[in-house]
Amino acid sequence: MGSVNQILDAAAINRALTRVAHEIIERNSAEGSIALIGIRTRGVFLAERLAKKIKDFEGLDVPVGSLDISFYRDDIAIHPQPKILGTKIDFDINEMTAILCDDVLFTGRTIRAAMDALIDYGRPRAIQLAVMVDRGHRELPIRADFVGKNIPTSKKERVMVKLVEEDDIDVIEIEK
Amino acid sequence: MPLRSKDLLSIEDLTLENIDLILETASSFEEVFDREIKKVPTLRGRTIINLFLEPSTRTRTSFEIAGKRLSADVVNVSGQGSAVAKGESLKDTAQTIEAMSVDAVVIRHWSSGSAKYLAELIKPPVINAGDGWHEHPTQALLDLYTIKKEIGKLTGKRVAIVGDIAHSRVARSLIAALNKTKAKVTLVGPATLIPMDIDKLGVDISYSLDDVLEDVDIVYLLRLQKERQSENLLPSLREYSRLFGLSKARWQRLKNGVRIMHPGPMNRGIEIDSFVADNEKALIREQVTSGVAVRMAILYLLMGGAQVE
Repeated sequence: MGSVNQILDAAAINRALTRVAHEIIERNSAEGSIALIGIRTRGVFLAERLAKKIKDFEGLDVPVGSLDISFYRDDIAIHPQPKILGTKIDFDINEMTAILCDDVLFTGRTIRAAMDALIDYGRPRAIQLAVMVDRGHRELPIRADFVGKNIPTSKKERVMVKLVEEDDIDVIEIEK
Repeated sequence: MPLRSKDLLSIEDLTLENIDLILETASSFEEVFDREIKKVPTLRGRTIINLFLEPSTRTRTSFEIAGKRLSADVVNVSGQGSAVAKGESLKDTAQTIEAMSVDAVVIRHWSSGSAKYLAELIKPPVINAGDGWHEHPTQALLDLYTIKKEIGKLTGKRVAIVGDIAHSRVARSLIAALNKTKAKVTLVGPATLIPMDIDKLGVDISYSLDDVLEDVDIVYLLRLQKERQSENLLPSLREYSRLFGLSKARWQRLKNGVRIMHPGPMNRGIEIDSFVADNEKALIREQVTSGVAVRMAILYLLMGGAQVE
């Protein structure tokens, strides 16, 4: 294990999420309803936090769903199976703007799988993407609509988003 | 935490952690059944052969649906009309399958140990869908799944398995599975159909259904094969039905919350009264639904992903 650098602390994460929540409201104020769909595991917590902020700022109740993409991965022959946590979307996503939420945007393959998974549940009017960290190195033509923090990285580095709900601390670190 | 084996041959081979992993995975697949598109792309481009050399409708169909809902291509081969009927050995069949680069084989065979034999011959995963009188592990797993879903934890629950224990691979797998989950098993049947020394497995034995009726949480009825009568193991089917059949009168004596299970196909009027089979206490339909989810989980865990941590 190499050295670990802290990039954002709890206050900075909160500020970034506040900004992203405002951007989501601004961008989607004209058109109908939105839903936040978190990608398991940490994307779900980010989606819940964003929903709470949108509620605080605008008084708007945004439904939150969670998406497990295990069945849609393109690498199951290469990587061991992750633990399946299940998908929970108990509202109708048809004609909604679904905003996918994830912690780190890297190759884009997770998002590709998530879009496939989501479309099996219905036909959202649009799909947008919100991520806590964009670290570059895309392998697919995918980009985020809302980014908490752009962090240029080398491919060898690991970006770790830790959230209180899962890791008992809010911090973003890079391991070299 | 992958399933650390190439094949699924018997419940005996599985640890309790393996069983829990399969059941948890199955429950996330069950969610797929409620969707508009009842299919996920997980095993796209993989081929599964259903090699059913003994007649079967529900197990074969269940495996076929499970494979198809995972987007695999499923090919059914039955005994009749196949090269096996022309006298091809299992070894030659195995080599033929391997040469067609198949990704998994599900086998049902009349001979005990055949699944293990096949698994040693070929590289792709082999799933035992019933081998002779030995085991039928996927049936036991779907039974556990159904029980857990319907009544919760198995530990300490009393399960009576009623019928022809001696010739039942379903019973053998179920006993192993229930023992691993620390349920209390009582085998019930005529002495001619309960193997000697089976109590060494840590199960209770009773030769009277009436004696155990009031203590059990689950009554698991086995299919009585009618040929047992011609083998002189039973005086008559009517007598069997009178002593060991779950009649309406016996059903009324069961505790509240008792569930009735049967692996199918049922002999209505012999081991189970029609009224009992169609009553809400029966979980027979739930067992069938669980079967697809559990088999999806098994195919996924054996075929999806490298077996490394």
